[in-house]
Amino acid sequence: MSLIQGETGDWEVIIGLEIHAQIISRSKLFSGASTAFGSAPNSQVSLVDAAMPGMLPVLNRECVAQAVRTGLGLKAHINLVSVFERKNYFYPDLPQGYQISQYQTPVVGEGVITIDLPDGSSRDIGIERLHMEQDAGKSLHDQDPNKTFVDLNRSGVALMEIVSKPDMRSAEEAGAYIRKLRSILRYLGTCDGNMDEGSMRCDVNLSVRRPGEELGTRTETKNVNSVRFVQQAIDYEARRQVELLESGGRVILETRLFDARKGESRSMRSKEEAHDYRYFPDPDLLPLEIEQAWVDELGANLPELPDEKKARFIKDYGLTPYDASVLVAEQANAAFFETVLGDGGKRDPKLVSNWVTVNFFGALNASGLDLGDAPVSAEQLGGLIDLIADGTISGRIAKEVFEEMWATGKDAATIVEEKGLKQITDTGEIEAIVDKVIAENPDQAEQFRSGDNPKVIGWFVGQVMKASQGKANPGMVNQLLKDKLGG
Amino acid sequence: MTSELTRLTLAEARDALAKGDFSARELTEAHVSAMEAARDLNSFIVETPEKALEGADEADKRRAKGEARTLEGLPLAIKDLFCTRDVQTTAGSRILEGFAPPYESTVTQKLWDDGALMLGKTNLDEFAMGSSNMTSYYGGVENPWKREGDNHKLVPGGSSGGSATAVAGRLALGATGTDTGGSIRQPAAFTGITGMKPTYGRCSRWGIVAFASSLDQAGPMARSVRDCALLLRSMCGHDPKDSTSVDMPVPDFEAALTGDVRGLRVGIPKEYRVDGMSEEIDSLWQQGIDWLKAAGAEVHDISLPHTQYALPTYYIIAPAEASSNLARYDGVRYGQRGEGYDNLEQMYEATRGTGFGDEVKRRLLIGTYVLSAGYYDAYYNKARQVRSLIAQDFTKAYEAVDVILTPTAPSAAFAMGDKMDDPVAMYLNDVFTVPASLAGLPGVSLPAGLSSDGLPLGLQLLGRPFDEETVLRSAGVLEEAAAFTAEPASLS
Repeated sequence: MSLIQGETGDWEVIIGLEIHAQIISRSKLFSGASTAFGSAPNSQVSLVDAAMPGMLPVLNRECVAQAVRTGLGLKAHINLVSVFERKNYFYPDLPQGYQISQYQTPVVGEGVITIDLPDGSSRDIGIERLHMEQDAGKSLHDQDPNKTFVDLNRSGVALMEIVSKPDMRSAEEAGAYIRKLRSILRYLGTCDGNMDEGSMRCDVNLSVRRPGEELGTRTETKNVNSVRFVQQAIDYEARRQVELLESGGRVILETRLFDARKGESRSMRSKEEAHDYRYFPDPDLLPLEIEQAWVDELGANLPELPDEKKARFIKDYGLTPYDASVLVAEQANAAFFETVLGDGGKRDPKLVSNWVTVNFFGALNASGLDLGDAPVSAEQLGGLIDLIADGTISGRIAKEVFEEMWATGKDAATIVEEKGLKQITDTGEIEAIVDKVIAENPDQAEQFRSGDNPKVIGWFVGQVMKASQGKANPGMVNQLLKDKLGG
Repeated sequence: MTSELTRLTLAEARDALAKGDFSARELTEAHVSAMEAARDLNSFIVETPEKALEGADEADKRRAKGEARTLEGLPLAIKDLFCTRDVQTTAGSRILEGFAPPYESTVTQKLWDDGALMLGKTNLDEFAMGSSNMTSYYGGVENPWKREGDNHKLVPGGSSGGSATAVAGRLALGATGTDTGGSIRQPAAFTGITGMKPTYGRCSRWGIVAFASSLDQAGPMARSVRDCALLLRSMCGHDPKDSTSVDMPVPDFEAALTGDVRGLRVGIPKEYRVDGMSEEIDSLWQQGIDWLKAAGAEVHDISLPHTQYALPTYYIIAPAEASSNLARYDGVRYGQRGEGYDNLEQMYEATRGTGFGDEVKRRLLIGTYVLSAGYYDAYYNKARQVRSLIAQDFTKAYEAVDVILTPTAPSAAFAMGDKMDDPVAMYLNDVFTVPASLAGLPGVSLPAGLSSDGLPLGLQLLGRPFDEETVLRSAGVLEEAAAFTAEPASLS
């Protein structure tokens, strides 16, 4: 259990997250307007989205399929009957004066997400529900000193609100939860998980208590839009509540707004000022009824999800849980790994895992490129690993070759050929170099022979490798040095 | 000649056009003249004579080419709740003054696709909230009828009062109305015409300004049962743009008018004998029973036990939905925006405070209240439960009978200005029409007689869901028996 230390003792932090994930669909939840990001303001607005008089919503079946797929991906209960309700409030970027949302009967009920923690351990976080709802438009306050403009492109875009149970106990777990959820959504292709563009947004519910005691009063921090900010907001709010309670104060049920620049939150409204949303079933829409057969069909066509893939990587390839979870976090990365591994896993999984996670992803990160734009393909990386495996080059030379591949896009074999980097495995050739190095360094040879400094053999290996420009087979060098110096 | 053309029924005009007795141009000119001559009645908010005449010429050309459609060249009045492309659509409210939608409602589009012409947009209670047409921002509508020896102006009923007056006053061959709790049937009764509310889901609601979404339904208003059947056939049909519209074949309603009700089982609900109902309404009802019996129908007493809860239930559900439906009129995107504001809240107040009239505000407040936290279960949720009990009453009744006969309204038309200070008395106008609205059932009102002071009185027939044909067939028989030929004062 992770606790935080107060002046008067330990406190436990209780965290639940509400995540709004924009559904990937060509058109909006109840209209045919496009959902593409970044278009000119008000260029993707249908009569329904603008709430013109007499306009009616018609449910987009694809959005329902996406929500159901997500529910299945969260191992959740799918409700065959769900109801759209109206959440009523006034705001200029909410043209209807109500948001169509699911309230009492969401399309998806309880489920679970297994989060992976940095120490390689896993923990289950409960999902309370998932429901579909419309997004609002955007109020633009920065276009004119005296006026507010409204952009309705986002108005009516389909969102999934995914509500966790209050099962998280630290900022670290919350971060792992968001990352895992994002990974699952991306695997499913139901949300792109892009927090920068606002296609995934997070509200944090948090309370603190003495370990073992009743739950405390919670606050909700809104508008926290990156994993880092969520963790900052949690640390800030947990600290604030503990300080408040320890100084004899009391936490009030309120909504707080996170300020990413300051890393702080401020009170937005208390429970007394909270809206009365006057939810009621939307009379323009019949209850949503879906068939079990359709759910089954969607389920049968789900891709392999990260948890299953991770388990398979551990079982079939003998990877460590940590390496496996790094590889499966992104579907494309896992696919890249398996491509490098080759048909039927013909290459050594550990070697491949190491090269993919350390060298390849390292280079990718350093260059700021996406996987699709990498100058070295999976096949080319496989070619390099083959050269290591069959002894053509050593691991050290391989790193050099890889750098050259990254810079030029050439195949490993070509580079090895052009630069003459092929490993020397001819005993005579290596023996000649060894003899030469020993002859040139009689003092060091004496240190070894007298037993004063047995470690000096390592220095000799380095010298021989240097003299061979790294091409000598290290194992053979070692053996020959021992033979010659010891003899 | 001119006035003769406006006295034809829609079906007669259709047949005469087909025979070439006159042109669509002549027919339309006659109606345009009548419309212009009757401006005192305030039946229309907007007149579109050029559009109608242009369409008439087009219709004559099509007919000449042998391409006439079912309603080719027949001029109609359209309730100003239907959005009409590039023609001002106000819903009787100031808040939509000047609003010309860039789209056409499904129902009106279907009428135009069948060749009908639009004379103009008719007046109505603001957002269809009212039973007198007195709540319109554009002024009350006058009923073409007057009491004998009394010059008081009377209301045409509401909310489709402008359409009712246009049809009764021979300004249009037929009209569209909408009925949420009786807004077609009650004004039809008050003005001596025939009006039909089809089953909820028959007509698309797309492009009709919403009042209460679970109740609103478009329907025809005309001077005969046959005319209503004709119009209804064009107006209804499945619309993928309205999730509550029903995908069922549209019958040839006119063909249902066989005149034969032998063996038909007619239910007479005892709960509709309400306190304070006038003697003459009661005897008209009895007259209706006798006519149907004489035509060979069987009459059965039935019970609809939850009838007394219908009105309060309606006045919770309809305002609740309205309070949400009317939230979009915020002055941000279209319609009127108030003046003299310094912040957002003030802009809403200025816009909605001046844009809505008193009756609309009253219902928005009621609706907001019944949906509020702490009151939702006691009011809105309870009302929903009672609503399903009312629907069950009808379902049970229809195990024993095929149609139900009732009066349409508890009184004849009243004077303009009456009941304005007593909303509850005003709401009682809908006591006979509201239960079927809550149950989504089809109903027709037709003129069956006159009150002692010479005003038309209506009888209502209600049917099973999607059984408009039986309703129309029985209405046809009653119509023939009643032989209602009285004409409003405005024609003499």
